Amino acid sequence: MGDILSIVSKRLGLGVVTLLVISIIIFGAVELLPGDIAQAVLGQGATEENLAAMREQLGLDRAAPIRYFEWLGNAVTGDFGRSLVSQQPVSEAISTRFANTLFLALYAAFIAVPVAIFLGVLVALYRNTVFDRVANVVTLTSISSPEFFLGYILILFLSVQTGYFPAIAKIDDGMSLIDKLDRTFLPALTMVLVVVAHMMRMTRASIINLLASPYVEMARLKGVPAWKVIVKHTLPNAWAPVINVVALNLAYLITGVVLVEVVFVYPGIGQLLVDAVTKRDFPVVQACCLIFAATFILLNLAADVGSILTNPRLRHPK
Amino acid sequence: MSQDKTILLNIKNLIIEGYSDEHWIEIVHGIDLTLHRGEVMGLIGESGAGKSTIGLAAMGFTKDGCRIGEGSSIEFDGMELTTTPQADLQSLRGARIAYVAQSAAASFNPAHKLIDQHTEAPLQYRIQKRLESQEDAMELYERLRLPNPREIGFRYPHQVSGGQLQRAMTAMAMACRPDLIIFDEPTTALDVTTQIEVLSAIRDIVDQFNTAALYITHDLAVVAQMADVIKVLLKGDEVEEADTKSMLENPQDDYTKSLWAVRDFKKEQVPRPADTIPLISVKNVDAAYGDTPVLEDVSFDIFSGMTVAVVGESGSGKSTTARCITGLLPPTKGEVLFQGTPLPPDYRDRTKDQLRQAQMIYQMADTALNPKVKISEIIGRPAAFYSGLHGPELKNRVDEILDLIELDPSKYYNRYPPELSGGQKQRIGIARSLAAEPTFIICDEVTSALDQLVAEGILRLLDKLQKEMNLAYMFITHDLATVRSIADEVVVMQYGKVVEQGPKDVMFTPPHHAYTDLLLSSVPEMDPDWLSTLLEERGVDSNTETHNP
Repeated sequence: MGDILSIVSKRLGLGVVTLLVISIIIFGAVELLPGDIAQAVLGQGATEENLAAMREQLGLDRAAPIRYFEWLGNAVTGDFGRSLVSQQPVSEAISTRFANTLFLALYAAFIAVPVAIFLGVLVALYRNTVFDRVANVVTLTSISSPEFFLGYILILFLSVQTGYFPAIAKIDDGMSLIDKLDRTFLPALTMVLVVVAHMMRMTRASIINLLASPYVEMARLKGVPAWKVIVKHTLPNAWAPVINVVALNLAYLITGVVLVEVVFVYPGIGQLLVDAVTKRDFPVVQACCLIFAATFILLNLAADVGSILTNPRLRHPK
Repeated sequence: MSQDKTILLNIKNLIIEGYSDEHWIEIVHGIDLTLHRGEVMGLIGESGAGKSTIGLAAMGFTKDGCRIGEGSSIEFDGMELTTTPQADLQSLRGARIAYVAQSAAASFNPAHKLIDQHTEAPLQYRIQKRLESQEDAMELYERLRLPNPREIGFRYPHQVSGGQLQRAMTAMAMACRPDLIIFDEPTTALDVTTQIEVLSAIRDIVDQFNTAALYITHDLAVVAQMADVIKVLLKGDEVEEADTKSMLENPQDDYTKSLWAVRDFKKEQVPRPADTIPLISVKNVDAAYGDTPVLEDVSFDIFSGMTVAVVGESGSGKSTTARCITGLLPPTKGEVLFQGTPLPPDYRDRTKDQLRQAQMIYQMADTALNPKVKISEIIGRPAAFYSGLHGPELKNRVDEILDLIELDPSKYYNRYPPELSGGQKQRIGIARSLAAEPTFIICDEVTSALDQLVAEGILRLLDKLQKEMNLAYMFITHDLATVRSIADEVVVMQYGKVVEQGPKDVMFTPPHHAYTDLLLSSVPEMDPDWLSTLLEERGVDSNTETHNP
C-alpha cells in the first residue's frame, strides 16, 4: 500500500503544479484582452482622467506579475475578489451556483454511470447482435444531437405534451430533496443522454478486447457460463480504461453544461460564467475558470488512483 | 496402464475449417483418433500441424473464426459432441473434460486468487460446497507437491512462480475429477529443471485418478515420458500412430524419421587460438536494474571465429550480460574490452565503428522486425548507416546479403515481414545484423521460437556464416541440445553469476559443477524410461525448488 500512497502524493503534487500553470494562463489570457477592466466598466465615453482614477482605485496601475501573485495569494485563501458588476464577493456568488452545478452533475452521474456500464456489459455479451446495433445507434444518436436540441425535445414530450416533469428547473435552498430531484429531472436526463454513449462504448470495447485473452478462453473451457465470463473474468480486468472515460465524462458534466443550464433556466455556474463574460466581470471569469481546471485535475487524479487500485499486482505486491 | 479398456473418445474424420480472407479454409483434414479410458495419447507435430485445434475439438470447442466441418464425428463416452447443443457441451467442460493451457501465467485470471479459480467449476456444477472444494484443492496442491499447499491457493497468480502455476492449473483441471484432460504444451514455457517437476507431477496425478489425457507437444523427448501412444501430425494430416516404444524405436514415415534425426547437426568444435587477444572480453562485470543487483563478477572471453554459448534458466542474467556488452545497460562495476581496448560503458558514448562491431539477433523475429517496412529497407538501413552505401551500390549489397542467408533476392527484395514464415523472418533478422559487417553477433534465444527442423536450418546457416566471415557468436540459450550442436565454449550462469565455464567437450563430460549437472540431467531424453530413472536417482520426493534462490 505504501507504493500507492507515494504514487497518489506524486500525482497530487503534479496536479498542484498543473493548476499553477493554468492560473498563469487564465490570468494572462484576461490581461491579453483588448482594453482593461476600467475601460470595460466605464465604457467608450470615459475620459483619460476617469480611467486613470479607476485604475488606481482597482490597483490596475501596478505591474501584471504583482497583481497575479496578489490574486493567486487571495485565491488560495478562498478570496477571489469582488464582482465588478454586483460588488458582491466572488466566492459568495460562486459557491451557491457551484453547489447547484455539482448537484445536477451528481444526479446525472448517479443515473448515467450505472446505466452505461450495465449497457456496456450487455452489448459485450450480445455483441454483433441486433440488440448491440440498436443500443449503439440509439446512444450514438443521442451523443450526436446538440444538448439544447435534446433538452427541447424532452421538454416537448415529457413536459409540454404530457406534463410529467417541470420544464423549468429553478431550485432554491428551501426545497426538499425530492422536489429538487423532480425539478431537475429533465436537465439531468438530457446530460445522461449526452454522456452514456461514450462510457458504454468504452466498457464494451475494453471487455471485448479481453475476450481473446487466454484466461477468458480458460474460463470458457472450464464451463463458466457466458455472462459470468464477462462479469467475473473480464470486467475486473477492464476497469482501467473505463474509469478514465467515466472521470472525463464527470468532468464534462460539471464544466460543459452551460447550454443545458440555459435551456432549463437552471442557476448553475455555467450560466454565471456566460453572464460574467458578456458583462466583462473578469474576477468572476477567472474564478470560474480556476474552479473548472481544479475539477478536471481532481477527477483525473481520482481516475488514476482508481485504475491503480483495480490492478491486483499493485494491490497485492509479491 | 489402465485395466478398463473401454473407448472414451472416438473421433472420426475430423475436419476443421478456419475463416480467413472471406473463405473457409480446411486446416484439419479428416483425423481419426481413438482414446481409451486411462490412456495418455501424445499428439506431436510442428506449429501449424493442428495439434491444439484437435485438442480443443475433443471438448467440442473451436476458437473464434473456426468451425467443425461436415461429416466429422466426435464421440465422447457415447455422446456425439458435434450435434450436442452448446449448453450441454458447456456442462461437460471443466466437469468431464478439462483443459491445461500452455502458459499458466496467462491462463489464470490476474484478478482472482488461485483457489477461487480452482473452485469455480465445482461450485458451478454443484459438485462440492465452497469449503469442501477448497479443502480438496489443498489436497491436490499437496499431491502435486506445491510448497505450502494450505496457503498457496490464497495467493494471486502474479505472486506464484511459473512452474508452480502450471501445477496449480493441473490441480484446477482435476477439480471435478474429469475423465479426460487436454494438456496443451504444459511445459513448453518452463525451464528444464522446473519442467521435470511439472512432468512428474502431471504423470503421477493422471496415474492416480486413472484419467485419460491428450498430451500436445512439439517435444519428442517429453512426449516419450508421458504418453502410452503417440500420434504424429503434419499440416492437419495424420502421419502415423503407434505405441510409444515402437514409435521411438522404429518410426515408419520419413517425416517422423526427420523429426527424430533433427538433432544430428553438430559443428566441429574449434579450440581457442593461441597467442591472440580475445575479440570480446567481459571482465568482472556487475550490473543492476535500479537497486536490484542482477550480475555479480561476470567474466568470460570470446575469440574470433568461435561460438560461446551462455546457458542458464530464466532470470540467470544471460540477456543482461548481453545488454552490458552492447552498452544498453552500463555495468556498475567492471568493463568490457574489445580487442584489448575498453569499450565505453554506455552505447551513446561509443563510436560508429565500435557500434557496428557488435550486433544482435533476437528471439522473436516477429516483434523484432517492423512489419510495415520492406525487407530491402530493413537490411538496407544498417548497410547505409554504417557503410555509407546508396543507390545501386546499396541494392547490390542488399542482394548480396540476401544471397548469403539463402533467400532469393529477386523474390524477397520487395516483400514485407508478415508475408514470410517464422524461419524466413529469423533469416532476415540475421541479414540485418550482417548488414553492419560486424565481427561479433549476440544471438539471444534465436531458435527457441522455431520448430525443430527450421531451427536446425538456422543453426546450419549461422555455422556457415561463421566459417565464411570468421564471426564470433555469443549464443544465449536455455536449450542444451542447441548448445551441443553449435557451441565451442560454454558459460553456465545461475543467479547472475558464472558457475562454470570451459570448452564444450570438457563441459559435457563429468565431473560437472553441481548446477551444471542438474541442468544437463534435466534435459529430457528420447528414452521412455528416462524420467522414471532420473526421479529414482534423485529420490522421488526431491522436489527441490531449484529456481527459487
